[in-house]
Amino acid sequence: MPLDIIVCVKQVIDPEMPRSAFKIDPDTKRVADEPGIPPVVNGFDENAIEAALRIKDSVGATITIVSVGVDFAMDVMKKPLSMGADELVLAEDPAFSDMDAMGTAHVLQKMIERIGHYDLILCGRQASDLDNALVPLGLAELLKIACLTIAQKIEIVETGIVAHSINSDGYDVIEADMPAVVTISNELGEPRYPTLKGIMAAGRKTPTTWSTEDLDINLESIKPALKILDLYLPQTEGEVEIVSGEDEADAGRNLALKLRQDGLI
Amino acid sequence: MIEILVLGEIENEEIAPITGELVAAAETLNGTVGLVLLGENLSSQAQNAATLGAEQVFLAENEFLDGSSIDAYVEAFSQVCSQLQPKIILVGKTLLGQTLGPRVAFRLNAVVAQDCIEIGHDMMTGDLVATRPVYGGNALMKVMFPRVGPNFIIVRGRVYEPSIIDESRVAEITNVNVEVSQGNLRVRHVESVAQDVEGMRLEDATIVVAGGRGLGGPEPFESLHELAALIGGSVGASRAACDAGWVDHNYQVGLTGKTITPELYITVGISGASQHMAGCSGARNIVVVNKDPEANIFKDATYGVVGDWNKILPSFIETIRELID
Repeated sequence: MPLDIIVCVKQVIDPEMPRSAFKIDPDTKRVADEPGIPPVVNGFDENAIEAALRIKDSVGATITIVSVGVDFAMDVMKKPLSMGADELVLAEDPAFSDMDAMGTAHVLQKMIERIGHYDLILCGRQASDLDNALVPLGLAELLKIACLTIAQKIEIVETGIVAHSINSDGYDVIEADMPAVVTISNELGEPRYPTLKGIMAAGRKTPTTWSTEDLDINLESIKPALKILDLYLPQTEGEVEIVSGEDEADAGRNLALKLRQDGLI
Repeated sequence: MIEILVLGEIENEEIAPITGELVAAAETLNGTVGLVLLGENLSSQAQNAATLGAEQVFLAENEFLDGSSIDAYVEAFSQVCSQLQPKIILVGKTLLGQTLGPRVAFRLNAVVAQDCIEIGHDMMTGDLVATRPVYGGNALMKVMFPRVGPNFIIVRGRVYEPSIIDESRVAEITNVNVEVSQGNLRVRHVESVAQDVEGMRLEDATIVVAGGRGLGGPEPFESLHELAALIGGSVGASRAACDAGWVDHNYQVGLTGKTITPELYITVGISGASQHMAGCSGARNIVVVNKDPEANIFKDATYGVVGDWNKILPSFIETIRELID
């Protein structure tokens, strides 16, 4: 029996954008939109998509991508389809712009319940914008299913799912029955590139889009509990001392002498 | 009644350093501080926990709190928080804490702030506030907890100086009854697999030598190992070098890798993406060898050499060898 896999993804600002382009609007306390730098699918979520595709390759699976947000860039959000995922379901509503992790988990729960059957929910270990690593935990709590975190490898076995969960000295082998939520880390390996065929197929697909009404979401229940007071750039301190020499080899020698002189070696 | 509850952690049969850090963080807030330990048999730890400075120590003992399922800890800690009714709960951003804290917060429908580096009360309003790095460390976010509680704050490790251990301290030690139902243990721990890294654990090293994308391949890491061996350091790497497969992911320093706090951090061919800097911002002295003078990492560096590491590194290592001999 092929598995039904749901992968939760988030559209984020490109974390690889130059630091000089990263600006904060002091009035809204948000990161200012930088024209010409399109958003991306969160990198760890692409690892989760790759994990789902590997299961699809080995035992067969139907992969449904779900996302909650506002102002979706459709070509960006279709990337998982072009990588090989089957369906794309978006929840888009202006009410989703200020949600916290619990609100997002709540909306995802509603989406997943509406989708119906699932064996596995895969998420990136955290999103590269808020670095919270909270939504998958909240989702597992709401759905009352197993939660396996920071996996570098997952395997479907007869009894359920086995994950290699990264720890400080290596990894823990953990297992659970399905359905389960699993968060995937970059150690899983590089996500595959979309194929031309995949891109063509993705172009023909129309995502399903749901609003708060479609999902029967009470707006009170998704109000953020934590109040954001400020968002600002950290101050960098100090001046770097540039060590040079007659040539690069000489600079290397001088660096060693400098570190010795300052008692660091 | 305690107002602030600290989740203590045990590592290799000892109270983990994060525990003292959380007590120190709790002492900067208004309210009486309690410390709770979760485990199978805690009697030998209770006295040590008492020396950290919390006014009360709570022991939640249960046979299922033996590391075999995270779910047992979620159940037990939820019950502890429900019974003690603290307004503020401090949990370390450790392997256990970063999952356990938020899950209990969600289960209790409480408020949670992840990965905080500063907590306190607003001077004007008295509100509970916390600061956390976001966007891979590119920005800082200050948040406020509008509710009385329970408010869960997940605190990053090695940010607060641990509280001073005072053997003369006496804390009231209380047992808390927790019940764990085996049927609710969904995740089972099978085994732990250690992946050895040469030399000392990166987190404990006083000198770290790390390489990044600029090294171009796995071979140059041999020079870094040679240098590290010479000066008693450990070898690290950027995420780019790990993802490229040049070194194992155990070497990764950064937001999603190891957090290091060495006296000396020598980087070669690392540009210093914010997610990397998030793992080494506690380094006392950063030395940068990079061919790009505009590389981000120079902003945080103490010493820098601009140029090709191929030409710089051999003479650097050779000179160090001469100096040490």
